[in-house]
Amino acid sequence: MSIDETVDPAQAVCPVPRAEDERVLLGHGSGGQLSASLIREVIVPELGRATPPGPLEDAALLPIGGVELVISTDSFVVNPLFFPGGDIGTLAVHGTINDVAMRGGAPAALALAFIIEEGLPLDDLRRVARSVGQAASAAGVPVVTGDSKVVNRGAADGIFITTTGIGRRMPGAALSAAAPRPGDVIMLSGPIGSHGVTVLSAREGLGFDGDVTSDSQALHRLVRAMVDAAGPAIHTLRDPTRGGLASALNEIAQAAEVGVVIDDGLIPVSPAVAAACEMLGLDPLHVANEGCLVAFVAPDAADDVLVAMRARPEGAAAVRIGEVVAEHPGRVTARTLVGARRIVDMLVGEQLPRIC
Amino acid sequence: MKYLDEYRDPAVARTLLHQLTQVATTPWALMEVCGGQTHTLVRQGIDELLPAGIRMIHGPGCPVCVTPLELIDKALAIAARPEVTFVSFGDMLRVPGTSTDLLALKARGADVRVVYSPMDAVRLAAARPDRQVVFFAVGFETTAPANAMAVLHAAALELPNFSMLVSHVLVPPAITAILDAPDCEVQGFLAAGHVCAVMGWTEYEPIAERYRVPIVVTGFEPLDLLEGILMAVRQLEAGRAEVENQYARAVYRDGNTAARDAIQRVFHVTDRTWRGIGAIPTSGLALAAEFTDYDAERRFGVGAIHAVEHPECIAGAILTGSRVPTDCAAYGTRCTPRTPLGAPMVSTEGTCAAFFSAGRTR
Repeated sequence: MSIDETVDPAQAVCPVPRAEDERVLLGHGSGGQLSASLIREVIVPELGRATPPGPLEDAALLPIGGVELVISTDSFVVNPLFFPGGDIGTLAVHGTINDVAMRGGAPAALALAFIIEEGLPLDDLRRVARSVGQAASAAGVPVVTGDSKVVNRGAADGIFITTTGIGRRMPGAALSAAAPRPGDVIMLSGPIGSHGVTVLSAREGLGFDGDVTSDSQALHRLVRAMVDAAGPAIHTLRDPTRGGLASALNEIAQAAEVGVVIDDGLIPVSPAVAAACEMLGLDPLHVANEGCLVAFVAPDAADDVLVAMRARPEGAAAVRIGEVVAEHPGRVTARTLVGARRIVDMLVGEQLPRIC
Repeated sequence: MKYLDEYRDPAVARTLLHQLTQVATTPWALMEVCGGQTHTLVRQGIDELLPAGIRMIHGPGCPVCVTPLELIDKALAIAARPEVTFVSFGDMLRVPGTSTDLLALKARGADVRVVYSPMDAVRLAAARPDRQVVFFAVGFETTAPANAMAVLHAAALELPNFSMLVSHVLVPPAITAILDAPDCEVQGFLAAGHVCAVMGWTEYEPIAERYRVPIVVTGFEPLDLLEGILMAVRQLEAGRAEVENQYARAVYRDGNTAARDAIQRVFHVTDRTWRGIGAIPTSGLALAAEFTDYDAERRFGVGAIHAVEHPECIAGAILTGSRVPTDCAAYGTRCTPRTPLGAPMVSTEGTCAAFFSAGRTR
């Protein structure tokens, strides 16, 4: 059986949706196939002409008065609010800065809105706001405007944050999910899976959180160093958040209509994250990250970019994980540890830990 | 990682494959019983690297997959009750019942929760005396000891609001049922290492002798599977039919006696229906008479629910290994992990889902 004959995921839909399923499921927020279908099949069609056509990106390029702005918005919902390595405040700052940076934007300012549940201890709110302030100051990106609303007990889960980031496109940056070409080298800035495992462990009391911390961090300075080193030879950057590395690679393969090949043995996963994933039956490729990026780079610039990445603390553990091919467009495959090949699919809905 | 990396070494894998090529002189059909083994075989592409003629038939060892539709419907009926907090391992939640699944029921307001240990369900019941906490006790001999301990714990705490919906199944009767089928092509078995870690392998010895089939207790890592396959093929080539233990780092002949004692105290052996296969005598566990107060089927009066399978799903033929997922007309189109018609498409350990996530096509 050849890889080329595989099932087209676009065909893999049920022709007669069951009426019971005509409601939003938690899995629609997982960052995987269900999230993509919610946006593509429900939200975007209803927006109609209000949204321009094109691949779905984490941030938009917006030329205004001769300046090319990059704008992105993101909502943050996390339970628990505080976890090893960060909290909802650091996530709200880092996540939006990273989304702007992945389109080549140098983040200039953030706008931030809190939705707060009645009854939240004021100390928790202070702690979150302090985290926002510290993370934004450390990143050098000011919070310039914002809003707060309070809703009834039960109508939110402690606190939700929506952050919008705006920046100016870095000179030389020409980044898009549709840009990768066959031959491109794929690089990862650091180990995957620590954020998702940390939050899951802290939420469910699984006891792994002593060994793992979230990788939550701002990546715009790493992006700047990469762009300075190789400019337009960097075709695509993506931070693999919800849905994990597998979903990010699939989205890029589909947007660029190219094949992606990675090597299972080259994907960095820390021993603690690997152990937790083994026990819970999770695939690290599907686990969320908040502080690493995947880069698609023209082959002749790959070494320069890798050197530039490793010179920054955020990219000190950067490695090559694979390459872009002309075969199997829209599909991601992995060379397995024993030398066979398999398809790497997007997460379907929620990650469901298995029985045994 | 200790105990993992050394069982994933590509160089050793090549050596084992080379040995297998040298040992195998004729075609052989082997069945790996456990869904975890199927997952590794397909995910790592091991079955496609095997020498020509060595065929793996994927067995019925996915607990999610063999839980009968009827029991899913009972779970849904119980979980829909306003006083109930329904607690389950994660991968049961997306299994389709006749009209819906637990995740969709949750979206409609039912209190459905995922736990990682049955003791979490007992703790929840102790903390919430106002709620009826029902745990969905599914699985093979591997999960039975922990579920037994949960019942004993609930009994010790005299918790009136804890109960279990039990659908435990046992491996040896399933192997016997497969071997008794007239069209059985299986010539050797890889037994499930974790099941044997609990039960040992003495109960497989009479099966190997009576049916003249080699049975190799096998682990779950790529090298475990390759070595287990090699051991089974060596036996077949030599005309032997014995129980051998590949998974010596985890399994002893008598298993784990404390775990077996807990199972025997809380459960008794009963006839059980397997989804897609049908009734197999003495193939399951039910709560012993002393613990029927904790039986959710009785407590909520759902014993009378009956269900009919989706007519297009060939789960039965998949689970017995007589067909592969790519033989099914609905595979990959009307039936996907997103919209499963039957259970083998739901769990990552189900044969259909394992095929689909590895991108295999009809």
